[in-house]
Amino acid sequence: MNNENLKFVIVGHVDHGKSTLIGRLLYDTNSLPEGKIEEIKQLCESLGKDIEFGYIMDHLEEERDQGITIDTAQTFFTTKKRDYVIIDAPGHVEFVKNMISGASQAEAAVLIVDAQEGVKEQTKRHSYILRMLGLSQVIVVINKMDIVDYDQKRFETVKKDLFNFLSNIKIKPSYVIPISAKNGDFIANKSGNMNWYQGLTLLEALDTFKTKENANEKPLRYVVQDVYSFDKRIIAGRVESGIIRKGDRIKVLPSGEETRVKSVEEYLKNVTEAESGKSIGITTEDKLFIDRGNVIVNSSDLPAITNRIKANVFWMDRIPFKKGESLRFRCATQEVNCAIEKINKVINSSTLALIAEDASEIKNREVANIVIRTDKPVVVENFNTMEELGRFVLGREDTCAGGIITELE
Amino acid sequence: MDHLDKLESQSVYIIREAYKQFKDIAVLWSIGKDSTTLMWLVRKAFYGNIPFHALHIDTGYKFKEIYEFRDEWSKKWCMKLVVGTNDGSIKAGMGPKEGDKLSCCGQLKTDALKQTIDKYRYKALLLGIRRDEHGIRAKERYFSPRNKQFEWDYKDQPPELWDQFKNQQHGEQHIRVHPLLHWTELDIWMYIQRENIPIVSLYFAKNRKRYRSIGCEPCCNPVDSEADTIDKIVEELKTTNIAERSGRAQDKERAYMMQKLRALGYM
Ligand SMILES: Nc1nc2c(ncn2[C@@H]2O[C@H](COP(=O)(O)OP(=O)(O)O)[C@@H](O)[C@H]2O)c(=O)[nH]1
Repeated sequence: MNNENLKFVIVGHVDHGKSTLIGRLLYDTNSLPEGKIEEIKQLCESLGKDIEFGYIMDHLEEERDQGITIDTAQTFFTTKKRDYVIIDAPGHVEFVKNMISGASQAEAAVLIVDAQEGVKEQTKRHSYILRMLGLSQVIVVINKMDIVDYDQKRFETVKKDLFNFLSNIKIKPSYVIPISAKNGDFIANKSGNMNWYQGLTLLEALDTFKTKENANEKPLRYVVQDVYSFDKRIIAGRVESGIIRKGDRIKVLPSGEETRVKSVEEYLKNVTEAESGKSIGITTEDKLFIDRGNVIVNSSDLPAITNRIKANVFWMDRIPFKKGESLRFRCATQEVNCAIEKINKVINSSTLALIAEDASEIKNREVANIVIRTDKPVVVENFNTMEELGRFVLGREDTCAGGIITELE
Repeated sequence: MDHLDKLESQSVYIIREAYKQFKDIAVLWSIGKDSTTLMWLVRKAFYGNIPFHALHIDTGYKFKEIYEFRDEWSKKWCMKLVVGTNDGSIKAGMGPKEGDKLSCCGQLKTDALKQTIDKYRYKALLLGIRRDEHGIRAKERYFSPRNKQFEWDYKDQPPELWDQFKNQQHGEQHIRVHPLLHWTELDIWMYIQRENIPIVSLYFAKNRKRYRSIGCEPCCNPVDSEADTIDKIVEELKTTNIAERSGRAQDKERAYMMQKLRALGYM
């Protein structure tokens, strides 16, 4: 077994069957601890219900009483190909910020739609969020096919309806699979209930996806987290992309000062380079002033240093943003105050309807196209070229919005 | 980077964030395999140093092997060790035979921790909990605020995306930081195996029994196992699916007790 591990999120409208699907995936892949099924059976009996796979995930007492998944839970299973981490994102509209927290960690997504109910408000909003987070590996499962008598026509209708919406926001699902989470059709096993469907099962489809590509081929972006002076002065940080090597000629942004990497520092190890994703430390030939938030690069291919950013943001705080308010802008390890200079457009994240142009406020769950002005210049990039420096959060005391940079000046 | 390198890097990043954002922090060391792995990662993050307190909450009922291990490794790793106890309750005779387990844990662990946090005014605590440990822990964030009563408002947690963690702490609140959240039990053992991390001998089988999870002696039950080396434990875990905490009395007592304990601030 190689230890490759793919993280995927299951999203969709409340009650369309996320929790049940997760319980089913764990059950069919034999991933449940001994005793768990018994415990759940007993519990369901005592509540006078049939066994509910959803209870495996919904572990909280209150959740069980209310029947909703509150937070982003994670759980694990294994196929012959690799390990999976499932992120269960709550479908309830109140918990969008939890859904985003979960989905932001995923490499792929399963969008679940109830065959009987069809496309609903959160189906659309979640799709939009997937798009905004840059998730391109998407599987659609049309669930509860058992309730609609495994009817192909119904499947095609829901599929068509959904695709109408998805094509608007430029999401192309890799697969569309009819399933019954309750009965287990086309999850781990094929089923005789839908002979009209010749495609892959959900697990087979997941197995075709790629884990996050490492960014070694991209230009170097070493983001400084802290500077330590325990025995010697070490610049601690993470290689967000590229590879940092001993001897590299480097430039520190935003100052633009140049020096060389004297050593790459890992505790108890003798290393001369560090690849993307690695939390590491370096020392430099010249003693430059380097601090948290700085970005170290080594090529001519430079990020922008600017205080004016065009971006799309998703507001996820109950308290609306009102023009004039100052917010904290955080991108990688940079943190500065900022103002929103202009709110070009505000749209409804479910219907995509335009709410206002040149607006003065952004409310919970609205998406806005804005122009940000930061107090100090920041080192940023377009989201499409360099995710790591192209995404940011805006906050008051806590994070209120997530955003991606669409244009730089 | 392989799987373990990725887990390690993510944890080191989180540990460094916590230290940078909240200088007054401590790392909770129960001396079990997870928190010992956490200590190892802290030393990695800070080049052999543990630049803050290591906190051991002592109920007085721990296994003797735990105390021996604590004394040996706290010295070898130059820890600034703080042992937190609820002296009042211990003097009053609280113990697992006295009253129910919930109040024993509540007084000897939770209250002891509250008293210690009060005394040293920690703003953040590093804890070695994992998502796969228990259903309820799946709801955790990497950075999770707790109020003075240790209550956890799991329904209204701040969003956490793109490694932008909660970095403000107010008043009596403290932030729990969970650098191992994304690890599984098997990951931990494979990492212990790879890095050669010292570990309490209770985890290794003697007379065909071993502990999968350790804490207070009266409340821990060993599981059947032949695994008397790390290699064998890794093998064993690849083939079993008995819930890890099944050896703990605490879990059996009531289905949702963990949730109760957690809401009360039990680690
Ligand atoms: N008949 C049928 N019912 C299902 C299926 N999947 C889920 N359900 C039921 O739909 C309801 C909501 O499912 P749940 O998994 O809790 O939805 P969630 O809110 O998306 O997590 C529960 O009563 C489930 O038993 C299915 O495939 N067939």
